[in-house]
Amino acid sequence: MSAADLVVSGPSREPTRHSLTTRIVIYGLLIVFALVYIVPLVVMVNTSLKPLDEVTGGNMFALPQHLTFQPWVRAWGEARIGVSETAGIAGYFANSIRMVVPAVLISTVLGALNGYVLTKWRFPGHALVFGLMLFACFIPFQSVIIPMAVILGMLGHIGNELRDATGWSLGFGNPTVNLVIVHVIYGLGFTTLFFRNYYEAFPTELVRAAMMDGAGFFQIFRRILLPNSTPIIIVTVIYQFTNIWNDFLFGSTFAAGDSSPMTVALNNLVNTSTGVTEYNVNIAAAIIAAGPTLFVYIVGGRYFVRGLMAGAVKG
Amino acid sequence: MATLEIKGLRKRFGALEILKGIDITLEKGGFLVLVGPSGCGKSTLLNTIAGLESISSGEIRIGGRVVNDLHPSRRDIAMVFQSYALYPNMSVGENIAFGMEMRGVAKPERDKAVAAVAKTLQIEHLLQRRPGQLSGGQRQRVAMGRALVRQPSVFLFDEPLSNLDAKLRVDMRVEIKRLHQTTGTTIVYVTHDQIEAMTLATKIAVLKDGEVQQVGSPSEIYNMPTNLFVADFMGSPAMNLLEGKVARADGAPGIVIERQDHPPIVAPVPASADVSKLADGAKVIFGIRPEAVNDMESIDRNAKLIVKFEAKVELVEPAGSDTFVVTRAAGTELTARMRADADLKVGQNHTFAFNLDKALLFDPATTRRI
Repeated sequence: MSAADLVVSGPSREPTRHSLTTRIVIYGLLIVFALVYIVPLVVMVNTSLKPLDEVTGGNMFALPQHLTFQPWVRAWGEARIGVSETAGIAGYFANSIRMVVPAVLISTVLGALNGYVLTKWRFPGHALVFGLMLFACFIPFQSVIIPMAVILGMLGHIGNELRDATGWSLGFGNPTVNLVIVHVIYGLGFTTLFFRNYYEAFPTELVRAAMMDGAGFFQIFRRILLPNSTPIIIVTVIYQFTNIWNDFLFGSTFAAGDSSPMTVALNNLVNTSTGVTEYNVNIAAAIIAAGPTLFVYIVGGRYFVRGLMAGAVKG
Repeated sequence: MATLEIKGLRKRFGALEILKGIDITLEKGGFLVLVGPSGCGKSTLLNTIAGLESISSGEIRIGGRVVNDLHPSRRDIAMVFQSYALYPNMSVGENIAFGMEMRGVAKPERDKAVAAVAKTLQIEHLLQRRPGQLSGGQRQRVAMGRALVRQPSVFLFDEPLSNLDAKLRVDMRVEIKRLHQTTGTTIVYVTHDQIEAMTLATKIAVLKDGEVQQVGSPSEIYNMPTNLFVADFMGSPAMNLLEGKVARADGAPGIVIERQDHPPIVAPVPASADVSKLADGAKVIFGIRPEAVNDMESIDRNAKLIVKFEAKVELVEPAGSDTFVVTRAAGTELTARMRADADLKVGQNHTFAFNLDKALLFDPATTRRI
């Protein structure tokens, strides 16, 4: 904006021809890119609503002639997944939910606590501890698989012994619990980073004021820090949810068969080598698999950008 | 309402010593202002009193009780922070009541106490609002309300007015002073603003580099500073500090202040100083406040000892109520505070006068007052 734009003398300004061409260029580009992003989704939804013969025989942009929801029904409850007895992806969807909800909640709460301690209750060596935690962000999944498997094996033994002794295994050895543990540990580096940077800019005087008011460690956390952390909580939840939901490697390594998460089931469905490939069913399953992350983005997206900026400016 | 005693307080961060043995006593109902340049340790000192920072050695007593190792909430103190530190997620009423809530006070009692404090501070209509919806002055009031509601022995204020604009600052200063007068509480107040220090305090402690330079009443600090730092720090414009020499002509000692284009100013020794131990020609710093530099018409008629001299006007600064005139002596600027309608022109020669009753002498080597 030039200086002349700032000095507006009249009550309203006529849009000039210059700004009109600018507008056309801007909106033109926006429309082009919006199309680039929307077309794959449109094709997917379109295909998932066609019978199989229309899919294999026709143009992928052609609208369905016989609109059918059968592929969705099949994908959800009837399709055969790999060699499993269970029909449809419904059970695997539930597996993923059972895994992702506790994993996201636990890693977010622990990350918030870590960030709180690393900024407001500093101890000697806090920078080193934070540095080591950051390491977790840079370690590739593949390199931790074998050590992780060994540790999960040990936990499994502990679970067995616990069950023999008390009748309860406390979940040790259960594949879903294993995945929750893996994702919490792996996510901790990121959640700690997010919260530490956010709390770094959080006024320490508020914590001190609460201390003088007689609030304890957890009271300050719960009553002062957390209620003022909405943006970063949403960022962390979106980030963790997306990563954990979309994870394939850990899911395929540490869970098998009926306890697999959604991503693994989708792979087994699509990569099946027997029978006719039901593209419409596969695509319906893929949309279902992508649904929850889409939902989370749409609900929290506004905060996502805001929270990322907050973390970025005051790092 | 209690006394505050600080004895031999030291605070170290590793090898760095922030507070180097502080001794201050504040009587019940006193208003102590800690003043000094940034980095002098005044906020650290306040934080150690509050218990927000630990101390390395020494003793802090509030109402006779040693509080060194007590948690901040158990020291019977309340603090108003520089940023007010109001909890943004709570309403004004909840902010004020938070401390009571933490101490387990029942809701009806809390509401009663909040209402009483809100009435005192005239913030009753704001109780439902969030801090984000308040103006700076209103936030300041709420922060004071949160401290008041605890009815502590000692109030701590950490530069509470520094975030307000000039006019509001003056209003709130008056309000704090009134609060102190009506409630008679013991207050410790940190500021770097020496006008706030002068107007509010019953006792001022000037700090520099973690050491107390002087503790005394505002008039002691202003009129009888113990060293050059205090003399220079307190007062605006600052005290004129001119290099001079002791000279004894006919037995009566005087101070000679050399000048470049004018004959030296020869002044009798001010009554406050004793130069009997100083040799002839010994260097001294001659200190005189701008209001004691004037012309013959408007100099204090009751002054016992006056010396006049000619000097060239270098700068004229009209300030409304006064006009500050800058001239030159002993190689530095010399500021005079003249009446507002003084008709002076830059470059003109004018006859100035020192009111020597108000002048001080300092030893340049030790920087202490002679």
